[in-house]
Amino acid sequence: MELLIKNGAVFDPANGIAGDKTDISIKDGKIVDKVSSGAIVIDAGGRLVMPGGVDAHSHIAGAKVNVGRIMRPEDTRAGIKPRTKITRPYTGYTVPNVYAMGYRYAQMGYTTVFEAAQAIMKARHTHEELEEIPIIDKGALTLFGSNWPTMDYVREKNMDKLAAYVAWGLLASRGFGIKVVNPGGGEMWGFGKNVTGLDDVVPNFEVTPRDIIVSLMKVNEMLGLPHSVHLHCNNLGKPGNYKTTLASMELAKQVKPSKDRQVLHVTHVTFNCWGGTNWGDFESKADEIANYLNNSENVTTDMGQLIFGSATTMTADGPVQYANAKLLHAKWANGDVELEDASGVVPIFYVKQVSIHAIMWAMGLELALLTKDPYKVLLTTDHPNGGPFVNYPEVIALLMSNKKRQEEIKTLHEAVHKRTKIPGIERELGFNDIAIMTRAGSAKVLGLLDTKGHLGVGADADVSIYDIKPDQTDPSAEHAKIKSAFQSAAYTIKGGNVVVKDGQITATPMGRTFWVDASVPDEQKEIMMKDIRMKFKNYYSINLANYMVQDAYLTHPYVVRAGVIPVEVS
Amino acid sequence: MTLKVTLITGRTINQGATIENKTSSDYQEATAYCELNSKEAGSLGKPGSHVRVKTPHGDVVVKLKENNGNPDGIAFIPMGPWANAVVDPDTKGCGMPGFKGIPAEIEATGDRILLMKELIARYK
Amino acid sequence: MSNVITDALCPFCGCMCDDITVVVENNKIIEAKHACKIGAAKIMGHHRIKAPMMRKDKNADFKEVSYDEAINEAARMLANSKRPLMYGWASVLCEVHKKGILLAEELGAIIDNTATVCHGPSTLAVHEKGLPTSTLGQIKNRADVVVFWGSNPVHAHPRHMGRYSVFAKGFFSEKGRRGRKIIVVDVRKTETAGMADEYIQVQQGSDYLVISALRAILAGQAAVVPDTVGGVPKEQLVKLVDTLKAARFGAIFFGMGLTQSMSRYKNIDNAISLTTELNSFGKHVIMPMRGHYNVTGFGQVCAWETGYATAVDFARGAPYYNPGETAANDVLTRKETDAAMIIAGDAGAHFPANSVRHLAKIPVVQIDPYWNPTTEVANVVIPVAICGVEVEGTAYRMDGVSLRYRKMIEPTHPTDLEILEKITKRVIEIRGE
Repeated sequence: MELLIKNGAVFDPANGIAGDKTDISIKDGKIVDKVSSGAIVIDAGGRLVMPGGVDAHSHIAGAKVNVGRIMRPEDTRAGIKPRTKITRPYTGYTVPNVYAMGYRYAQMGYTTVFEAAQAIMKARHTHEELEEIPIIDKGALTLFGSNWPTMDYVREKNMDKLAAYVAWGLLASRGFGIKVVNPGGGEMWGFGKNVTGLDDVVPNFEVTPRDIIVSLMKVNEMLGLPHSVHLHCNNLGKPGNYKTTLASMELAKQVKPSKDRQVLHVTHVTFNCWGGTNWGDFESKADEIANYLNNSENVTTDMGQLIFGSATTMTADGPVQYANAKLLHAKWANGDVELEDASGVVPIFYVKQVSIHAIMWAMGLELALLTKDPYKVLLTTDHPNGGPFVNYPEVIALLMSNKKRQEEIKTLHEAVHKRTKIPGIERELGFNDIAIMTRAGSAKVLGLLDTKGHLGVGADADVSIYDIKPDQTDPSAEHAKIKSAFQSAAYTIKGGNVVVKDGQITATPMGRTFWVDASVPDEQKEIMMKDIRMKFKNYYSINLANYMVQDAYLTHPYVVRAGVIPVEVS
Repeated sequence: MTLKVTLITGRTINQGATIENKTSSDYQEATAYCELNSKEAGSLGKPGSHVRVKTPHGDVVVKLKENNGNPDGIAFIPMGPWANAVVDPDTKGCGMPGFKGIPAEIEATGDRILLMKELIARYK
Repeated sequence: MSNVITDALCPFCGCMCDDITVVVENNKIIEAKHACKIGAAKIMGHHRIKAPMMRKDKNADFKEVSYDEAINEAARMLANSKRPLMYGWASVLCEVHKKGILLAEELGAIIDNTATVCHGPSTLAVHEKGLPTSTLGQIKNRADVVVFWGSNPVHAHPRHMGRYSVFAKGFFSEKGRRGRKIIVVDVRKTETAGMADEYIQVQQGSDYLVISALRAILAGQAAVVPDTVGGVPKEQLVKLVDTLKAARFGAIFFGMGLTQSMSRYKNIDNAISLTTELNSFGKHVIMPMRGHYNVTGFGQVCAWETGYATAVDFARGAPYYNPGETAANDVLTRKETDAAMIIAGDAGAHFPANSVRHLAKIPVVQIDPYWNPTTEVANVVIPVAICGVEVEGTAYRMDGVSLRYRKMIEPTHPTDLEILEKITKRVIEIRGE
């Protein structure tokens, strides 16, 4: 099938196109040079055209998402829509059902979304849900930061074994990259404890978070994985944690990237750019993080923007969730995974007149507005931790309009004036910046810029058209229009299929699941597997033969190859 | 004599092992009985004799068994159709019927134990 | 021809033991090594229903019919129903659950699973308090105090203690049983209680009181606790709190003793609070002892597809959930249900007489490999292959770990999946006509 999008105001930052009237030709699911006269024509009529949205960090599938659903029927009751001839029912707001997950992303013009954390042992569950999320392409990052084999190999300083373990773990979990959450803390939470900084020693394993992060960055580059290490820093959720975050970012200097991308992605900075020493003197240090980013090349971040209202916090950071539950007197789910990591789920309601929440709201925006290069700060809400992803249009409008920010600030706790810099920041992002933070940048950070996040020839034909004419719109003044346009795409085209028209789902093809098959020399793998077999024999509660995610759970796989090239022995 | 008890129902290993074979005599053997401690059972008859268990919700004839793990006043019938002939259907507003803690009266009887088929036929 | 399958999964209870060695000869299983008595009985199999059967009059004998006839009649009964109930789903794989939920959507049915007479109340408690838990291996490797409350694994989960909770040795628990304190709280002195270091006998229906007393003692309010609570001497409660407080890693496993007694979900709500509060002292987790191997899986699939774990009513086209109103026994007690599909669960055996009496009055389709009390009240009976033995696919262990079952032998009957797909297709045709 051929498709021609004419008269679009195209923003395709990866190809240097910023609002030019450019035609986009699509054939067999790909962007091509030109199409025949028989192509179906979509007249964009001067409206905004961008590559399909790419989300590099969102909790869309797996054990903790489903725990969120099960513990929050009150959330499921929000956002209910009955089935139609085309769509299954929608349910939920912060923890939508699998169908709403795919439909709502598509309705916003997003076509690729990455689940930010899966434990290997529970990866089968993640894939079961991914298999049922319609339309979008997806993948999942795999947790490695507290796994016993990781810590053993870090202690032994055996990077070959660690690389072999990561490669095998990605295969076992059909994962896309290395996620590290509160490194070492997951293991310590096994006995209700936590690490308090980069240099705490994890008992019994005799490694520090610093060792874990650096070692995993090294093997990430040894393996040439598309994405970098994706880090949820230690001390998240504690006042003063920006120092830990900066110190973690500094570690990136120890490793050279194997690709044209960062070596460390520090995620949801809203939760780890906290100044102060307690809840009383709590303040934003997002400016310090932005300052660091402006003076370094190896690190990227995402916002984790806070959205007022209901959210569900969910993370592999088990101890922070216990602390949250205690602090908020909220219901608490915990989900330790043997030998691998922890996790927790706690509902929260962000309130404009709560000083902490108002300050946190400012943090994500400060980070995005004070960091000069939009490639270094992706737009996320750390769905559903900062708030549900359906609020991205609100975030876009806030970033594009100081007027909107000032209107919002008037409704917030006064702490936003004293403890953040946001009231004085006048910068307003343009469509090109937004296209980077939601498309080109996310694709680049993920290492998928060859086929995602741009509209050049050879890219996947994922395109969104929004009902807004960039040359006739002042986003600063007309922020409501911006928000509503991004909420409901005029068209979303996924793999060459029109899946959304005028904000309504028109088709529900299944997307693909991206995973990375990283090779290591056979003998290197075999040496590592001896240890793994021992772990299963003695410690795991299941047998090795039943551990790996089987092919049956990826009916539409997309395999990205990576790995250490074995040296030929003559 | 009539023994007043609190009835509970639940799983046993033999109930589990015969659960996919409910037309068999093994299943009836595994589930159509009522356990009491030997003192209370003794007041009704010998182990293996038949008793009628009556609650406000129904009555059923089962075999008498001894189990000294039961405190006084507690009768146990393995989960299954015989037990469910007498449990409390009230879900108490949360979907779960009363399978445990049903006030019951137990007395000796010469009546035979109904086969599964016959038991269910009473409901038609 | 003989064939040995190793690392096979047992399709009986929520333990989902994955170390079974199955010996197959000529498509017949002749041995299931490592399986417990219950598991072996399930794997080895029993007398099956040979062919589909139908009857109009429930007092008449069944007549064997073709699968097409049975499917057609099942679809007709369901399509003509105003308030259908689709119940069961415990001993089938998640792939079947997905088809079932799709059919429920199509019919506007209520779909409910066996949790409704098992751990349904536990889900209600999770709504209120969450669930601090872990995988079973975490307990095997770390637990030094294990409590079984209203649960009797010797009978219901025979290999649980060996594999995960009592005798299992792990990284921080190399002494196994000798390094663990085992406490059993129950109304009866069960075999499990007989193996415990400490048995606490509660008066039937007093669990809520006893847990409340433990929480009061834990909170330093022992003075308000009377000399005995629910039949338990105060000293014993104080001692239990001391043991729990001293634990490095404590695990509470609870069963029907809490979910089915007076106070139902409030018992569990209270137990979860106790667990949460204990985390101020050491690490503590709590876990329901799920019965059938994939009763957990239905809750998972139903939650990610509908947002709710069970008792979902599709009458409005969108999922609606309110156990007490939409659970199977609620609608049967109110005589709302006007047709039922019972699949992979035996309402005839495991529902109160009152509910079975209503099932006996309405059209009932049964999809099951075995003849059971539900068959006795059915109009259409469709025998199927046995999931987890003859059909491969996914199930969720009691701790939420999902595993893939292997096919051990070739099925002699169509699968649940095939039957549901055909019924759904036929329902759409009938409703379109």
